[in-house]
Amino acid sequence: MRTITVADLADLSVGATLLGTGGGGDPYIGSLMTEAAISRFGPVTLIDVDELPDEGLVIPAAMMGAPTVMVEKIPNGREIQTAVSALERTLNQKAIAIMTIEAGGINSMIPLAVAAELGLPVIDGDSMGRAFPELQMTSFHVHGIRATPMALVDEKGNHLIIDAIDNPWTERLARTATVAVGGAAIIALYPMTGRQAKMTMVRGTMGKAMELGRLLRDTRLSVTEIGEKLSGDHGALELFSGKVVDVERHSGDGFARGTLSCSGLGAYDGSVLRIEFQNENLIALRDGIVVATVPDLICVLDRETLMPITTEGLTYGQRVTVYAFPCDPVWNTPKGMETVGPRYFGYQVDYTPLQR
Amino acid sequence: MKYRLGIDVGGTNTDAVILTPDDMVVAKTKTPVTRDVVSSIRDAVRAVLKDSELPADAISHAMLGTTQVTNAIIERQRLNPVGMIRIGAPATLAVPPLTGWPASLKEMVQRASIMVRGGHEFDGRPMAPLGLNDIRRFLDENAHTLSSIAVTAVFSPVNAEHELAVRDLIGDEYPHLTVSLSHEIGSVGLLERENATVLNAAVAEVASMAANAFEDALREVGVEAALFFAQNDGTLMAMDYALRYPILTVACGPTNSMRGAAFLSRLDDAVIIDVGGTSSDIGMIRGGFPRQSSLAVEVGGVRTNFRMPDLIALGLGGGSRVRESEERVTVGPDSVGYRIIEEAQVFGGDVLTFTDVAVGQKKAHIGHRNPTVSQDLSERAYREALRIIEEGIDRMKTSAEPVPLIAVGGGSALLPDRLEGVSEVIRPLHFDVANAIGAAIAQVSGRVDRIYAMTGRSRDQVIQDAIATAQADAVRAGADRNTLEIIEVEEIPLAYLPSNASRVRITVAGQLAGDPL
Repeated sequence: MRTITVADLADLSVGATLLGTGGGGDPYIGSLMTEAAISRFGPVTLIDVDELPDEGLVIPAAMMGAPTVMVEKIPNGREIQTAVSALERTLNQKAIAIMTIEAGGINSMIPLAVAAELGLPVIDGDSMGRAFPELQMTSFHVHGIRATPMALVDEKGNHLIIDAIDNPWTERLARTATVAVGGAAIIALYPMTGRQAKMTMVRGTMGKAMELGRLLRDTRLSVTEIGEKLSGDHGALELFSGKVVDVERHSGDGFARGTLSCSGLGAYDGSVLRIEFQNENLIALRDGIVVATVPDLICVLDRETLMPITTEGLTYGQRVTVYAFPCDPVWNTPKGMETVGPRYFGYQVDYTPLQR
Repeated sequence: MKYRLGIDVGGTNTDAVILTPDDMVVAKTKTPVTRDVVSSIRDAVRAVLKDSELPADAISHAMLGTTQVTNAIIERQRLNPVGMIRIGAPATLAVPPLTGWPASLKEMVQRASIMVRGGHEFDGRPMAPLGLNDIRRFLDENAHTLSSIAVTAVFSPVNAEHELAVRDLIGDEYPHLTVSLSHEIGSVGLLERENATVLNAAVAEVASMAANAFEDALREVGVEAALFFAQNDGTLMAMDYALRYPILTVACGPTNSMRGAAFLSRLDDAVIIDVGGTSSDIGMIRGGFPRQSSLAVEVGGVRTNFRMPDLIALGLGGGSRVRESEERVTVGPDSVGYRIIEEAQVFGGDVLTFTDVAVGQKKAHIGHRNPTVSQDLSERAYREALRIIEEGIDRMKTSAEPVPLIAVGGGSALLPDRLEGVSEVIRPLHFDVANAIGAAIAQVSGRVDRIYAMTGRSRDQVIQDAIATAQADAVRAGADRNTLEIIEVEEIPLAYLPSNASRVRITVAGQLAGDPL
């Protein structure tokens, strides 16, 4: 058990942006909301999932929709609590802990705000170990847990309870409702018992995000030293270091798809790296050979500051270092691959484990 | 004949130039800033008029670039308190206005604020009816202690209806108040746009003083011209517009300098490097305008989202110290700065600087003494300095194609005529008054930055609509419709939203209407 204070939020922001693998939304607005909640209600307790009783109700919370909408139509602040209590009422049971569904991007922060307000602990972990774009892309789904009943709440006070036949249908219905309420909504879903959480969640990822953020922000360490710690302590594999020579964005179908091309510097002189992205970085090819694919994490960092760069922030001329981190083993299963493998995203390649 | 007068009020000098209708420099002057702004503008204008032998009534347009607003924010001087109206409740209540502001600035600006119902969705639908009665009550209570109001509504860049309604209410019932509307200042991103709008409202009095000084100075010397202010993106605002949106002048200094340099070099596309004593700035001109930064920009410690020129600062200038260690040679980032004329080896000192190694390499002829540095060290240090510069240029470029480089500033004499990724190095004449020239040649622009729902319309239609809106905006600001050109078209689909909505940014610019060509 440990506490999360306002001072931890800067580390969490950077770490969560890294785990966002290019997407997941800027944690900035979530960080402001959490800061306000912690200042008012006190720090959040982060617990290990094993500290939970087996029978208690655990509720994950998140934002759904376009981060661009959320930075304009900032939440009211009551939505997350409304979503959690709507689900509690439906299930006729009080939650004993809040959980993060997605440790990458803005959703690392959302559960902290409500946990502070309700005085509930947050479980250290999530259901992705990174950021993914759809509701069924969770370890819970792989283990057969239903996303519904699910609550979806807007800032006006509308809330709806979705009960769907399966998780892909939940995604479809919730996405449509999100557009109807104005492009961004707060959701509470995958209600489960403490026992189910212990069996299915990706453990330790909140703590990991803070640790990664602290490491990347550590000004006492050199870039090389930080790189060594990323590899040694976090299993990172350096894929490339070079400069961005092209960012091609295709916007034909309303998705932020694109291709990043980099030419090598230093040890990678003469090599080229290509990354295919759709909000998140999905496939990396070095000199035409696939070196990393989703669900492994492909992270683009500024070569000098080591700050993670989102796919929206990529521009010609940036000096970047690209790291891959191995995904949680839950994705390395037939159902995991079917849910988040390269083919699900429309690429005609198979998952390639990271080669050291 | 109609001539244009360009004036740049800086920290130490006030510069003025007169240009002919076909943009030839007739006269220029550099006058030290004296007791007050009025007299330094007046002195500079007198000097150029005398030099040009033109009568005062030959000037048809006068353009002013000034850092007075920027300095007021940075120095926390002469700011007026602001009444803040945010429209969007019940949304946005989680983060109140001025969140994240530095305490010193917040204290000066904060007076009264209210968050009321209203605002729109990303697709333009109203979220809630506008809470006009709450606004009226707020104004009744606070209007007598205020001079300036900032109004920010959710998604006003998509639908400005509610901000305009508040403007009308204030115009009718509280006419002594100046109103700043967020949709005319910033783009999507509520807090950043609201911050920029509140800053704009806080400099209303400073701006009005600057405008009066400009008018008074010109009247005193008999110039009766149409008056304009230069703004961040390299275009002009008519006086009445500048009084309403003074914050749009905060970055006009570097913008005018880059545009002036490009103009003097007769180039529309180039990278520009300004090499000083301690650092160098690199920017890029594309189609005659500075490339804009795509990131949130801080002004006086406050996050804003209006568009500013994209600049890279390098810790390398003429006075940068050269050091040799076992593994490598470094140049900068520390510098002897203005003490270069005592401490650099070429001036008889004993510090090895970038200037010394450039002289050692026979790339420049500066100072009165040969540097004592070895050939080997000066070669390695000079190569290291060029590596830093070449990397900076490459970061600024948008493609691998070689581009022309315009080199200006005191340290530009240290650069060679050939650099990696550069097609030619140009060192323009008259650069000492580039800012004033940049102001004088500026055009008028119109701009759109909003989210469009693409449902039921083709993308082409949406883009064409947006261009038409930007063109109408430019004409309203004083541009001649026939000279309008499209400067920028950008479309960014909203991530994680399947409703086919995109953020569209368009900028168009043209000549001043009634301008002889």
